[in-house]
Amino acid sequence: MTTISLRLRAGLVSIALLAAFLGIWHLATRASAPVKAMSPEYAKLMGLTATQGKSAMPGPLDVGAKLWEHLKRPFYDNGPNDKGLGIQLGYSIARVGLGYLLAVLVAIPLGFLIGMSPLLSRALDPFIQVLKPISPLAWMPLALYTIKDSSISAIFVIFICSIWPMLLNTVFGVASVRKEWINVARTLEVGTLRRAFTVILPAAAPTILTGMRISIGIAWLVIVAAEMLVGGTGIGYFVWNEWNNLSITNVIIAILLIGIVGMLLDQILARFTRMVTFPE
Amino acid sequence: MTDKFVSIEGIAKRYPGASGATTTVFENLWLSMARGEFCCVIGHSGCGKTTVLNILAGLDAPSEGTVIVDGQAISGTSLDRAVIFQSHALLPWRTVLGNVSYAVTSKWRNWDRAKVKAHAQTFIDLVGLTGSEHKRPSELSGGMKQRVGIARALSITPKMMLMDEPFSALDALTRGTLQDEVRRICLETGQTAFMITHDVDEAIYLADKIFLMTNGPGAVLAEVVENPLPRDRGRTDLHRHPLYYALRNHIIDFLVTRSKNFTAETPDHDPRNVPVIHIGKPGLTIASDVKPEPPREPSWPGLSRPSTCS
Ligand SMILES: Nc1ncnc2c1ncn2[C@@H]1O[C@H](COP(=O)(O)OP(=O)(O)OP(=O)(O)O)[C@@H](O)[C@H]1O
Ligand SMILES: [Mg+2]
Repeated sequence: MTTISLRLRAGLVSIALLAAFLGIWHLATRASAPVKAMSPEYAKLMGLTATQGKSAMPGPLDVGAKLWEHLKRPFYDNGPNDKGLGIQLGYSIARVGLGYLLAVLVAIPLGFLIGMSPLLSRALDPFIQVLKPISPLAWMPLALYTIKDSSISAIFVIFICSIWPMLLNTVFGVASVRKEWINVARTLEVGTLRRAFTVILPAAAPTILTGMRISIGIAWLVIVAAEMLVGGTGIGYFVWNEWNNLSITNVIIAILLIGIVGMLLDQILARFTRMVTFPE
Repeated sequence: MTDKFVSIEGIAKRYPGASGATTTVFENLWLSMARGEFCCVIGHSGCGKTTVLNILAGLDAPSEGTVIVDGQAISGTSLDRAVIFQSHALLPWRTVLGNVSYAVTSKWRNWDRAKVKAHAQTFIDLVGLTGSEHKRPSELSGGMKQRVGIARALSITPKMMLMDEPFSALDALTRGTLQDEVRRICLETGQTAFMITHDVDEAIYLADKIFLMTNGPGAVLAEVVENPLPRDRGRTDLHRHPLYYALRNHIIDFLVTRSKNFTAETPDHDPRNVPVIHIGKPGLTIASDVKPEPPREPSWPGLSRPSTCS
């Protein structure tokens, strides 16, 4: 019996599924025979959709060709409504990065404090419980009104949506560090600060990183919606703009890229998580 | 006793119980240990042994009373009192060397890396883990983990060692080896040791004094049993000592029958003057407070030791 590794077999199945999907997509959207005769003016007005029975939905080949075009010139800039996809993605990633970084800087130290202090934990709990379920986009008008800058408002929205999973996971991770590890530090007369860095941080790191991974996923989900609202730049704005241009091809390309970037962000955090995870 | 290195003076531990009442784990507990003495505590589960040890370690505060170590009332933990935890409590993200080094740097903050490493290595060698320095706890067997715990405790050169059932999770063979090692190390370094155990033979092999505790709640220290076996006892011929079975039977008899109703049956029990039991050949005799006992004889067998009467 030839033993093909599970990984290889899974890869083959994946490729087969992709091929099947592309094939069906192609068949479903390809041009059929010209439809009934119609007046030439009307036919011109309707475009290929009507004249050749071509579906309004672009096929995989259209998307592929367009994608290739984008990939050749990712960074062109022809004014506010026509920028390369690379530029648009860059804007989105920069906003997510900034808002996320700010959230890390606030959530982790704050989570440490709350996790280490039962008093703070109880005192702040009602606020966290109320603030956590608020859709980040609900903050947008308030942010626009107070900050008066659409780009910074988007960053604020990212900040507010990514702070909760990190904060809650940090609190949980810090509060549930095994008592015996704390006791080891106590019997060695380790000071509070050193204890925080040498025992609590490494012990809670896997939980904290899990929170950070959830946060980056949410931040990437929210940025698209936020940019649709604030407009100007970014991949979310691009999607909305292309919808207004009725360029479904570009919308599909943008969807694909959003998925890929989201996956990459997740993978990066997953790698960090693996780095701090310890076997017990 | 002249040299009271450790003196537990009237400690109590209470917890708020259900419906406003308080549960008293124990109260008015008095106990003392001389310098360099190896003491074992035996008692049924839940009687408060761990609580006493945690109070001694400074990890827990008594509801009443004080603990005096080396002439000073303790307040909190100290590097002078090392704890060997039952669950070994190694930091899993550090290697063997890292775990021991962590203790070393905690005691000597300004030592450089090389000095810390050399010092830690000495103790890793001492417990026979040479070659495993760079393994993580997850790669070690239970016995090896416990050895790291011992090395870590010893590396800070404490004045006393507190051990909470350190070997209870180990197989008999590993347990025997580690008992030998702990005994050797404690004798060599003159450690004062306080060990909780459920294993009567372990107590007989290791202890100079055995504290017997009654069942909780409201546990009391019932007796202090002096170990009649000579100090240089060997594990293999322990049971050949003429007083071995008398000692063993006394402890087991206490655990099986007397520990349950001790308080009811002994109304005149004075917790400040707990009877010290000397196991003698003819039978058991009780001598409290005064100890007309000759100095310990290191020679084997300890037959010549007279039974003492009050
Ligand atoms: N946080 C707590 N709240 C209430 N009661 C407690 C608490 N901690 C311990 N106790 C009680 O104190 C008693 C003594 O506990 P301890 O852990 O000292 O027992 P132990 O003698 O070490 O038992 P074992 O041999 O099983 O380890 C137990 O009856 C337990 O129920
Ligand atoms: Mg216990």
